[in-house]
Amino acid sequence: MSETYTLYNSTVMEHFMNPRNMGDLKDADGVGEVGAAACGDIMKISLKIKDGRIEDARFKTFGCGSAIASSSMATELIKGRTIDEAMSFSNQEVVDALGGLPPVKIHCSVLAEEALKAALEDYVKRNPSATAKVATTESVPA
Amino acid sequence: MRQVFLDHQSSTPVLPEVFDAMRPYFTEYFGNASSLHQHGLRVRDALKRARQQMAALIGADSEEEIFFTSDGTESANLAIKGAAYANERKGKHLVISATEHPSVMNSVEFLEKQGWTCTRVGVTPQGIIRLDELEAAITPQTVLVAVHHVNHDIGTIQPMREVGQICAAKNVPLYVDCEASAGWLPIDVKEWGAAMVSFSPHRFYGPKGVGVLYRNRKARIVSVIHGGVQEGGRRAGTENIPAIVGGGVAAEIARERLPQRVAHVAPLQKRLWEGLQLKVPYIQLNGPKPGPDRITTNLNLSTEFIEGEGQLLLCDMNGIAVASGSSCVSKSLKISHVLGAIGLDHALAQGNIIMTLGEANTEADIDYVIETFAKIAAKLRGMSPMWDEFERGVIDSVIAPTGRGKSFSQHAAEVSGKPVH
Repeated sequence: MSETYTLYNSTVMEHFMNPRNMGDLKDADGVGEVGAAACGDIMKISLKIKDGRIEDARFKTFGCGSAIASSSMATELIKGRTIDEAMSFSNQEVVDALGGLPPVKIHCSVLAEEALKAALEDYVKRNPSATAKVATTESVPA
Repeated sequence: MRQVFLDHQSSTPVLPEVFDAMRPYFTEYFGNASSLHQHGLRVRDALKRARQQMAALIGADSEEEIFFTSDGTESANLAIKGAAYANERKGKHLVISATEHPSVMNSVEFLEKQGWTCTRVGVTPQGIIRLDELEAAITPQTVLVAVHHVNHDIGTIQPMREVGQICAAKNVPLYVDCEASAGWLPIDVKEWGAAMVSFSPHRFYGPKGVGVLYRNRKARIVSVIHGGVQEGGRRAGTENIPAIVGGGVAAEIARERLPQRVAHVAPLQKRLWEGLQLKVPYIQLNGPKPGPDRITTNLNLSTEFIEGEGQLLLCDMNGIAVASGSSCVSKSLKISHVLGAIGLDHALAQGNIIMTLGEANTEADIDYVIETFAKIAAKLRGMSPMWDEFERGVIDSVIAPTGRGKSFSQHAAEVSGKPVH
């Protein structure tokens, strides 16, 4: 075969083949692990937070190509953001940055958003004084 | 990059001699078999020859028992709905196995919405139909039993002779879906006492666009596609002559070469499974072990702690074409119903890959697949929180339990807030 056809667009495939920020963070300040009831995928995001800002992020994902690409992209996008900014993070940002996902795979980006918010909630739980605003924010259901 | 096609269950390439036989029927002998002039009569002859070739492949008495459809799905629809409607006055009950192909399952569901009832007979963890349950399921209102010969997902060979004996004793017609077996296993419709059998030549190096339905003269069916009086009034519509001619040649070649094809793929199946077992920890074969209960073309694998679509994509990027029964691969986000019916743990169903062999595969291909797949599994496990949690003793393996931690499925239910399906 001379041409290569791909199931996802080239950005998604690139993030799947060469994921960014894959792994765990030693001494993470917040860790969130969530699962998708719809398909059984599991995503974990670890955050390093300093002075109210996300310094570093890592992911581990049990899931399909778009789930891995979504978590790779989500960790790229949130690095450098303040906690407040990160709390208003939406899965649509992941979808847009990836150049779109097939409709049946949008839930993968929602899972990335949920994993990020679970990690932020974990941080707030560990640091109750961090910000009162964060503690009351609810994650968006799938 | 080496290219290894390991998805022969999806389709096979058309053999050059099959293609050669088809070519003149596109251009020169383009006639419609319903026409009464030379052009029609010539292709009518070709149709008859193809019917004889199909009949010979499955041990049917006469070419008059062979109907052509557009594909396996249409054949299954005609068999199920055609028999149900034809025998409506006798009763409105059907019996099928729980692991039939979607073309059978969904035809039955369609009928259930119209007042028919159906009993789905369970299978063993190896996927073999429970004969005692089958026998008990048949009632005086049962008008059809449908059991596939070989399972399309897990390669299980069903005990067709016993199934046929039960149906004969109860005097209920038996329909056998042979999509996954025709051309790769001997089929004898008379030994089974089958009323109907369906198969598709594109599974054994014939073209797509043609399906076959064998119907014993005594079995009653009505047409589900209405129009002209083609195919003895059982299937209206102009016959796809080039595909039918090619399918007939493919059937004749399949009958001749069946022993050598099996002799070629059986050792490759063994080599592949043994190699994967050796190189990939926590991998499981679903369905019977290679041997008399499993078709020689199929391996259905579950690799623990990683998901199937990722495996499929990485295989593809390495030139290896495979299929998967994982929920992430299906448009419905549901695991294969076959994996559900054999009671496979959800986590293992998620890590599912199906490899199906063909005559072009070589030992070198198999060794490349083993080596590449081991790297793919290691790469995906490196990304998987589940592998990490297994190594840290938070969750346990289903394939080889160590007695530590909770099950993957329990863990998945906890983090997703809902039990997995």
